[in-house]
Amino acid sequence: MQFQVMNSPFSQEQVELLNRLVPTLTQTQQIWLSGYFTATQNSNTTLHTTTEVTTVISTDSPVAISREVTVLFGSQTGNSQGLAKALSIKLEQLGFQVTLSSMSDFKSNTLKKVQNLLIVASTHGEGTPPDNAIPFYEFLHSKRAPQLEDLQFSVLALGDSSYEFYCQTGKDFDKRLEELGGKRLSPRVDCDLDYDDSAAEWIENVLANLNKTLESTGVVQGTTLNGTEIVAEQSAYSRTVPFKAEVLENLNLNGRGSDRETRHLELSLEGSNFQYEPGDCVGIYPENSLALVESLIEKMGWNSEELVSVNKKGEARSLRDALLNNFEITVLTKPLLEQTAKLSSNKALEELVAPGNEVELRNYLDGRDLLDLVQDFSPWKGTVQEFVSILRKMPPRLYSIASSSKARPDEVHLTIRTVQYESHGRERYGVCSTQCAERLEPGEQLSMYIHHNPNFKLPTNSVTPIIMIGPGTGVAPFRAFLEEREESSAEGKAWLFYGDQHLLTDFLYQLDFQRWVKDGVLTRMDVAFSRDTDKKVYVQHRMLEKSRELYQWLEDGASVYICGDEKHMAHDVHNTLITILEQEGGKSTEEAVAYLNDMQQQKRYQRDVY
Amino acid sequence: MTHNKSVVVQDGPPSDVEDIKTRSRYLRGELEEALKDGITGSMSEDENRLMKFHGSYMQDDRDLRNERHRQKLEPAYQFMVRIRAPGGVLTSEQWLAMDRLAREYTTGSIRITTRQAIQFHGILKWNLKKSIRTINDALLTTLAACGDVNRNIMCNPNPYQSEVHAEVFEWSTRISDHLSPKTNAYHEIWLDGEKIVDSNADEAEQEPIYGKVYLPRKFKIGVTVPPTNDVDVFSQDLGLIAIYEEGKLKGFNVAVGGGMGMTYGDTQTYPQLARVIGFCTPEQVIDVAEKTVMIQRDYGNRSVRKYARFKYTIDRYGMEWFINELHTRLGWNLEEARPYEFSHNGDRYGWIKGSNGKWHLTLYIPSGRIEDQEGYPLMTGLREIAKINTGDFRLSPNQNLVIGNVTTAKKRKIEELIKEYGLTDGKHHSALRRNALSCVAFPTCGMAMAEAERYLPTLLDKIELILSKVGLSEEAINIRMTGCPNGCARPALGEIAFMGKAPGKYNMYLGAGFAGERLNKIYRENIGEEEILNILEPMLHQFAQEREVGEHFGDFVIRAGYVKAVQSGLDFHN
Repeated sequence: MQFQVMNSPFSQEQVELLNRLVPTLTQTQQIWLSGYFTATQNSNTTLHTTTEVTTVISTDSPVAISREVTVLFGSQTGNSQGLAKALSIKLEQLGFQVTLSSMSDFKSNTLKKVQNLLIVASTHGEGTPPDNAIPFYEFLHSKRAPQLEDLQFSVLALGDSSYEFYCQTGKDFDKRLEELGGKRLSPRVDCDLDYDDSAAEWIENVLANLNKTLESTGVVQGTTLNGTEIVAEQSAYSRTVPFKAEVLENLNLNGRGSDRETRHLELSLEGSNFQYEPGDCVGIYPENSLALVESLIEKMGWNSEELVSVNKKGEARSLRDALLNNFEITVLTKPLLEQTAKLSSNKALEELVAPGNEVELRNYLDGRDLLDLVQDFSPWKGTVQEFVSILRKMPPRLYSIASSSKARPDEVHLTIRTVQYESHGRERYGVCSTQCAERLEPGEQLSMYIHHNPNFKLPTNSVTPIIMIGPGTGVAPFRAFLEEREESSAEGKAWLFYGDQHLLTDFLYQLDFQRWVKDGVLTRMDVAFSRDTDKKVYVQHRMLEKSRELYQWLEDGASVYICGDEKHMAHDVHNTLITILEQEGGKSTEEAVAYLNDMQQQKRYQRDVY
Repeated sequence: MTHNKSVVVQDGPPSDVEDIKTRSRYLRGELEEALKDGITGSMSEDENRLMKFHGSYMQDDRDLRNERHRQKLEPAYQFMVRIRAPGGVLTSEQWLAMDRLAREYTTGSIRITTRQAIQFHGILKWNLKKSIRTINDALLTTLAACGDVNRNIMCNPNPYQSEVHAEVFEWSTRISDHLSPKTNAYHEIWLDGEKIVDSNADEAEQEPIYGKVYLPRKFKIGVTVPPTNDVDVFSQDLGLIAIYEEGKLKGFNVAVGGGMGMTYGDTQTYPQLARVIGFCTPEQVIDVAEKTVMIQRDYGNRSVRKYARFKYTIDRYGMEWFINELHTRLGWNLEEARPYEFSHNGDRYGWIKGSNGKWHLTLYIPSGRIEDQEGYPLMTGLREIAKINTGDFRLSPNQNLVIGNVTTAKKRKIEELIKEYGLTDGKHHSALRRNALSCVAFPTCGMAMAEAERYLPTLLDKIELILSKVGLSEEAINIRMTGCPNGCARPALGEIAFMGKAPGKYNMYLGAGFAGERLNKIYRENIGEEEILNILEPMLHQFAQEREVGEHFGDFVIRAGYVKAVQSGLDFHN
């Protein structure tokens, strides 16, 4: 970067000096300087502040002077939250005073006072922020956002590179904080589905830079950094060390004649020491289809027994094994195409990833897999290892848990809809769902872990009424909720809105829900079966029909839960809630939106949407 | 005309069904709420009882019960909906409307019942209202197609004596209308009719004939025109035999106290034949029907439903008592019965010219099931015929279909369609198959203990082999099969009959009269296919060799000493 009077606060003379100095600095020197200036400024401030700090200094602790760090997370499924928590623990171990908060709980009017801000944010759906990040995101992008000259920040962005707006929320925060005058403590890192390594790197960088800042001012002594390990749970198994769970039951919940298939899986957790609560998910590491793997190997003329390294540690596996278990071969991403372009002698691929062809590239990625890619852009050069090394690691699939561990110790139930469709002249199969539907017998094992989702939890007070909206497989966590409430004899009222295509064949867990209605565990249940009626009806229509009662429940303090499809359902349901608040509560649209935001703040409006 | 004397002669407290009826406020019950209950395709037992009066009852696909339970799904509940069409006569327009309904809301087939009604299967709860509305829009009804009321009145679809049929049919319709329930509940629930909340209206206004508890059990009336006894007039609670001279209807012989159903292991239950007790003129017949129904209303057993049919009321009090009671209520006496003669109870297939110069085509419909099958587009063919036929469609008591009152001009066109769609009058089938009758049984009927409709054709294949070996392929023998002893295919009137006891096991009955004038008798209990064939083979062989000229198989087995003749149901178990 060339300094100019126009783009910096410096004078012409300073600009010239800087332009001579800066290009000669190593990266370490740059970071050191950045930390130095920040710390200097901060220690100056410290000197002028109250005696409180002095008191702290006078303690015996080797890390006497603490620096305050605010860690904010925007998390939908809990990954960002987990990372933010891990980061905070590290920071505290290093003697920092940490404020860890979800963005929705953070009081945005205190932002001006924050000096060190670390953000961990995921991106949801088509580039939108997760639910609990929305208020902060909107505040930051509004005119009310303060200037943040005193702020240093860094952003860890989580996303999925197969989406067009990859890590968009993190990018937006990063850009906006800079626009508001903040300075980067360390560069933003964008993480793909296999985020572990990149996230650890970011955390390490952030800690090192913060530390340097302090060291330079002599505040922190003798602290060394070990590699960043994400805090282990009580269980020895985790996302990175999955448990092999035995399949106890695997059946289709859809009756004959249905054009859908939904597997009900019961897994044994015996020996895993996993703990879970209703609202949590299970992550499954699936296996690719053997047929697809073999077509791929055949098309490339590879040897399926050749050993390839599958990770940074250099663990070797046969090519067939690696493609079956370690790598993603059913989704194409922009980074993948850019890298494969180097391995193809076909000019067309190079052209496709060239700037200016973004639309064509996007169109190409849609609905195609690795087999399409190798067929369309042969001939290929390079080694098998080179090719394999650029593939994304097999990402785990998350499924909302459909059982309560209180009701079923050592068991976990999942509800998985089989995904199958035709695209570009070939049948395509959802990797995990098809494995469950076609290649998983009771007695076999599945690699899995528990993924905690703190943002989808029953109210702590069991008397609080709950309204659950979960059509299709979105009903899964509500089966867990109701099992839990039944098991703990909770007194709170419960109301479930459910729907699918046909009552006769598609009513997931019908007997369970009927029993709960009969026993009073479920106070009300309203269903919408879209293909049983002349006009298609969905859950939101049933909500509107019952708008008066529903509003009364909200006024009585009910918590609202939505689970299922984000694109259409969750959106429609959200708008319906606004309509109900307007209609029954006499509120303006702004008031209705504020009412829902408020509910969200109070954790009375929670979503698990995908 | 109404006679509201309520004579309570009971052996015990009223059954719970009586209680449901009493509480139902003239068949309303909680039906509307049950229809709205969205989390189940079913209705409660109470509502299901009431549904019968509205022409429907709940069934489920029994083949799928266990599988669905494992899938955490309730049974595949569905509703059978039956249309009450007196004498089974429909116009072409009505046929087309029913054809559309069948394709839209049912399993896709139209069923002709053994009582000349149309039955649809597989209607889901949320399609019930639309279906029943469609039926009413076509000027047909389902009201009282089932339940403890007078059911669909059977009437011989006689293609020969056109004028007599027209007259007899007219009287059947009038009896049917007269005995229809008068409650407004049907309109309120199914046709969005205005709700009549008139608690002051007394019983006589609401239901002048039935009262608030309706009948103790179903009540069946059949009318026939000799020499045909296709309606099995002696199987009816009230049978009417048309008496005519020189093509003019003179009146009806009145027969009372028949019925088919029984309960295994309870010899107090039995099939019974109606007995002819006298004669009335056409103008008197409605009065006779009404008073007979009201006597059963007042004297029928309301405590134990299996003893509640009219046949038991008569057998308990005696025929003489009934005749006296009837005469008292009528205020006049029946005349002495007139002579008549029956020759058969089966159908005559193919084209027949009626005395009015119009044509009638009787088509053979296996088990009364009208649907499109691979290579046999029966339903489509009939639809095309209905589009051009200016006559009518008549359902036969043997579950066949008569395309009636066809003009000579249309006959040629219909013949072309018959050829185009490959429809058959069944003449290429053996006489045994053409005279076979079976009930629905598995998978939808909740009472079935064994297969009937799905299995009988297989059994017939094997019996036909025997018949062809002994040279009897053209011999008409009535063969009937039901999945339980309730009698839907009138099994006690089969020359050979099977009543289901368990999957693959049947009781075998022999010796009924060919014209439905004599009951059969049990020959073997609990036997499977192999034993059935082992029994029939030598028997049919002997029949072929030893039969007298014109002797029917049912008569032969009695003469040969296989079973004793049963002239009264009281001897059925002896």
